[in-house]
Amino acid sequence: MSKRRSLTEAQCVSLAQKLLRERLCHQKLPDRPLALDSQYKHLLELLRRTAVHGESNSVLIVGPRGSGKTMLLGCVLRELMSLKEAQKNVLLVELNGLLQTDDKIALKEITRQLHLENVVGDKVFGSFAENLAFLLEALKKGDKSSSRPVVFVLDEFDLFAHHKNQTLLYNLLDVSQSAQTPVAVLGLTCRLDVLELLEKRVKSRFSHRQIHLFSSLSFAQYVDAVRAQLSLPPDFPDPKFSDAWNHSVTKLCEEKSVEEILRRHFNSSKDFRSLHSLLFLSVSRVSVSHSTLHEADLLEASRLISADSKAIILHGLSILELCLIIAMKHLNDTYDGEPFNFQMVHNEFKKFIQRKSHSIHKFEKPVVMKAFEHLLQLELVRPVDSGVCKVQREYQLMRLMLEHGQVMEALQRYPQCPTDVKQWALSAFA
Amino acid sequence: MSRYITRLRMRRTYKWNGRPVGEDRKLKRQYYESMSISVEGKTEDATVSLGQYILIEGDDDDNPFVAQLLKLYTDDSGKKKTAVLQWFVRMCEVPQNKRKLLGRDPHPQEIFFYQDRSCDNEVDGETILGAVQIEYVPVQDPFPVGKSRDILFVKLLWDTKSFRALDPELMQPSQSPKSPPPSSRGPQTRALPTPDPSVMKRAMSGILTRGSMSTGKMSSSEAESLHSASKLSAAKALSAKRRSQAVSGPQVRKKLDLCSPSKNMSRDDVLGELLDERSEKTLTSKLNTSPTGRISISIRLTPLNLNKEECVSPLSSHSPDKPRMTAHDKDDAASVFLGVQPIEDDDPEPLINTGRTPRKREATPRRAGLRGLKARTPSRRKDSAALREPALAALAEEEHEDSPINTAATSRSKRKSAQLVSSRIKKQLNLLGNKIGLQSDGEDGDDDDCFIPSKIDLQSSSDEEEEAKIDSEDELIVKKHRGSGTSRSTEKTRVSARTPRKTPSKKTAPATPRTPRHATPSIPSRTAPARKPGNVLEEARARLHVSSVPESLPCREQEFQDIYNFVESKVIDGTGGCMYISGVPGTGKTATVHEVIRSLQQSAEQDEIPHFRFIEINGMKMTDPHQAYVQILQKLTDQKATPDHAAALLEKRFSAPAPKKETVVLLVDELDLLWTRKQNVMYNLFDWPTRRNARLVVLTIANTMDLPERIMINRVASRLGLTRMSFQPYTFKQLQQIITSRLNRVKAFEEDALQLVSRKVAALSGDARRCLDICRRATEICEHSGSQKNSSGLVGMSHVMEALDEMFSSSYISAIRCASVQEQLFLRAVIAEFRRLGLEEATFQQVFVQHQALCRVEGLQPANVSEGLTVCQRLGSCRLLLLEGSRLDLFLRIRLNVSQDDVLYALKAD
Repeated sequence: MSKRRSLTEAQCVSLAQKLLRERLCHQKLPDRPLALDSQYKHLLELLRRTAVHGESNSVLIVGPRGSGKTMLLGCVLRELMSLKEAQKNVLLVELNGLLQTDDKIALKEITRQLHLENVVGDKVFGSFAENLAFLLEALKKGDKSSSRPVVFVLDEFDLFAHHKNQTLLYNLLDVSQSAQTPVAVLGLTCRLDVLELLEKRVKSRFSHRQIHLFSSLSFAQYVDAVRAQLSLPPDFPDPKFSDAWNHSVTKLCEEKSVEEILRRHFNSSKDFRSLHSLLFLSVSRVSVSHSTLHEADLLEASRLISADSKAIILHGLSILELCLIIAMKHLNDTYDGEPFNFQMVHNEFKKFIQRKSHSIHKFEKPVVMKAFEHLLQLELVRPVDSGVCKVQREYQLMRLMLEHGQVMEALQRYPQCPTDVKQWALSAFA
Repeated sequence: MSRYITRLRMRRTYKWNGRPVGEDRKLKRQYYESMSISVEGKTEDATVSLGQYILIEGDDDDNPFVAQLLKLYTDDSGKKKTAVLQWFVRMCEVPQNKRKLLGRDPHPQEIFFYQDRSCDNEVDGETILGAVQIEYVPVQDPFPVGKSRDILFVKLLWDTKSFRALDPELMQPSQSPKSPPPSSRGPQTRALPTPDPSVMKRAMSGILTRGSMSTGKMSSSEAESLHSASKLSAAKALSAKRRSQAVSGPQVRKKLDLCSPSKNMSRDDVLGELLDERSEKTLTSKLNTSPTGRISISIRLTPLNLNKEECVSPLSSHSPDKPRMTAHDKDDAASVFLGVQPIEDDDPEPLINTGRTPRKREATPRRAGLRGLKARTPSRRKDSAALREPALAALAEEEHEDSPINTAATSRSKRKSAQLVSSRIKKQLNLLGNKIGLQSDGEDGDDDDCFIPSKIDLQSSSDEEEEAKIDSEDELIVKKHRGSGTSRSTEKTRVSARTPRKTPSKKTAPATPRTPRHATPSIPSRTAPARKPGNVLEEARARLHVSSVPESLPCREQEFQDIYNFVESKVIDGTGGCMYISGVPGTGKTATVHEVIRSLQQSAEQDEIPHFRFIEINGMKMTDPHQAYVQILQKLTDQKATPDHAAALLEKRFSAPAPKKETVVLLVDELDLLWTRKQNVMYNLFDWPTRRNARLVVLTIANTMDLPERIMINRVASRLGLTRMSFQPYTFKQLQQIITSRLNRVKAFEEDALQLVSRKVAALSGDARRCLDICRRATEICEHSGSQKNSSGLVGMSHVMEALDEMFSSSYISAIRCASVQEQLFLRAVIAEFRRLGLEEATFQQVFVQHQALCRVEGLQPANVSEGLTVCQRLGSCRLLLLEGSRLDLFLRIRLNVSQDDVLYALKAD
């Protein structure tokens, strides 16, 4: 007890921050997956049957990005491994479509993860064919009741479907449909049309079990989740600090402006990953002097997250570059989005200078060209088709990669923007 | 392994060393002690002498046959050199499915003493490649380490059914040259041979005795097994043909008279000898039925041989059975079909190798008829001769005018007419089916009756022949050689083991485990055994799993029968053929073929049909079409090779005649993946069965019915032939039956529920796998809901509906419903923009304008471009939208992946 009391405020803050960051950065699995109970049960039951009864299964976990597929699987596997019957029995092989880009690499990885390479001896695997035969042989040897079940986790399952002939998928699913070593093939994907990617033979061997992770959260639940995410656990070393913190969090969530921010986030996406990044930014602002979360923290974080990246770039442009952008905008308006070239932009710019420029000096053409090229580098303008280089640079067709509104907004916020430039931008006709 | 010289590289010449050590005038044979083999381009000659271990050229270049040389002799012309051997087998020659009987990994240099009563032990002397060293290792001792790779070790005995400990005496490397055959008659150039000590010992202990010649015996053992026939046979035909031209008919006939009651020779017994070089008939019989046969005499070998011969000849010539026998022998191919040993039926002690009883043969009426005939002994044949059709008799008569009775001996030959004859016989049998079928039950009795006189003969003759040694205890492996009547038959039966030319690539391959593949990979076994299903639903689920092998395959009876008949006929005839099986996935193609093979293997196990090898490859389970060769070769011979080399080896194997060959049934699954631009893989697969000696049956499976027309060039499609079969998708009734039969009275489903599933699946795909998966899922759903509200405990309509919904309903609608507000708005904007443009494609910029407008309408703060893009990308990753050219952010082209109506429906319901 004395030790607990001795925790200073600073220690408490850093401890709380550490805890929350772990939670928000997905370094620690949550105790229970949020709002995915039925899926959790289904998957756990399925894997348990593989582990305990030696029943082969295949299942796809489908859900949009950030919907918690990996988290769900992690939780299920954690619980599965805590079962006494399954603990020592299950072999786990994890593959990722982004890492194992073809079957050859995938097979090597499987062999490695199954610790079969020591059977092979020191010799590095010979051919792909050898490896496949080897692995199939290994899987074929087993039988339902005596060999250890293998759980294959295929992350980014859709990418495996692009491998040649879908050999790996065919073989894994074939094993799952025949009396060989019991396997559970778990595919994780965000594509809803993944079954259409499978070849008919492969498809026939797949059991067509799909677990969909679509969050049907209401806003109230969402706010509750936010509160739960930000609250400190009851076993926090300093109960006084945690009580105070939790109380402030509860209050925070009831505030109108905070609710507005959260609703905006909720509207744009329901998944927890984007919420976590918002909360993470606000939690980072907590310090000793600023020991509870405030509305301002959330506001600032929200502003950072929802900021438009292009608009920020525009703020850093020179006046000349900004003028060129405005010229391009006018060209876009005039010609209804048709591509333009440097010469057209330069003409537009010259007209502006001649007519009513007081604050802007006359620039030499090479200087304007340089500014234009800078815009090109920033990819605010893009050549229409980069393939053809025969055309002189001045006449190469370009497109502006900015929305009308983005330009206007940037102009409003541009520090010390000359009034005539502003007026030029606002005028309907150049 | 020793390096021996391949034929391709150089030519060997064989010479006798020294003078003949013995002579058999009657047979016009001269026995030698050793032979020297000189190889072109080598100065020193290799010498092989009796008792030495030698290598015999075989169909497998890397693994020549190993044997111990027992005897060497030449015929009167002096041209043909014949060697009598005791075979050894390598692990790779042991049938694959029997290898695990060994219970451990074979030593790479390990060989096994081969004890197969049906295997011929006479080969052409010119197939000898050279000597090899063999060491006996006692069973309990480990294999010696550090010895030369050239030494082979023998530890166990392989009798085609099991591995047994080997009596070291069988292996005794008798350094002293073996005695010339004691049975040889006439003046001996040598003094009495010293009897082999081991033989003597065994003989005294009464273990090893020899079968006497008796007509009764002979008649009872006239048939020979297929294996021996193949070992002899086709492979050697060529050289035999050449050589046997000189033999004239009368001469042979004379020999025949003298010695046709051939002796039964024990493999173990070096004293047991062949009487006739031309006789190639091997047969096995067990000679323990005659009580008098127990007189075992082994010491006074040679002098008594004279008596013996004298005794035998008159006897045999009087024997009523004899002429038939000999005539029957004419056709060694007959043995292929008459691969049955009638004596076993009478044998009080079951033979090790054949646990078959005549009754088992009556499996199907058609086969029963055929087999009844096959099993007939000569004596029976006499009775049944009357039944034979004149056509057949006439056919036989042409061949054997000297043995009219025997014409009906159902001789079938390997000649071209074999097919014809066999088909004719089959036809006749079908005609006679009733009679024979009626008789078949009584066949046992018949056989017994027939044999009784023979046995009496045997006894009387045995009494006279004191040296007749009959084994009463052991199962002897006996070979029977008989003279044959005509030069024609000689031509056929005289066979040399000269076999395929060896490729230069022959290496010291098998001894060294070259690849890690030989390491046996396996998934570690679990600590606790898998739990057994506990309740009805779990039981049902286990039964409904696709992997569980059903007791029978319902609804595919016709297809099963067709494939069965096809493969069976090919196996029985020893010919080859192709079959193409098509059908959409999940219609039971592979399962049916496996079922066919399983039941064929069962009948092969019971010796109803000849043994065959089954090999399976799958186009999907290989990385490249050319790997097919590698896999076939590996499964066939356990060799490893590159695809090109494997193709060459297989080509040779299937085109060259070779001894010990059994039919190979090759299943090629997912044929379409073996397609290459030149189509040479498919070409070869379909071309091999057409070879004369290939004995290859190829069953191919693919999904599309018109695959041969679609992807195959003419010469490939033509070789595939027109034996096609198409598996139709299951109808709902069939699906229902499949589930019911799988459940097998486990009551877990309501009738209606089953019907719903099967109707639904039949309407969609007719895929049985799908059907089973849905049922399994339904049991799970039932299990979960059942715990809450107690229903009947059966899987009902609601559960099945839920499962169907889960598996078949599109997830797009629910995905849209669960999407966030901005995402839904974006989808709406996409549709609005499409409507505006009248196109099904828009750029992000266009949609974004709509999106912002919609946001304002909805009273939401309009999203900026970055947020809009995020939303768009998210929808794209779910494939609700199809995004093209993701580099161009504003000009990203957007299309819908769902129909507009679906989107509107989903949004409206919200």
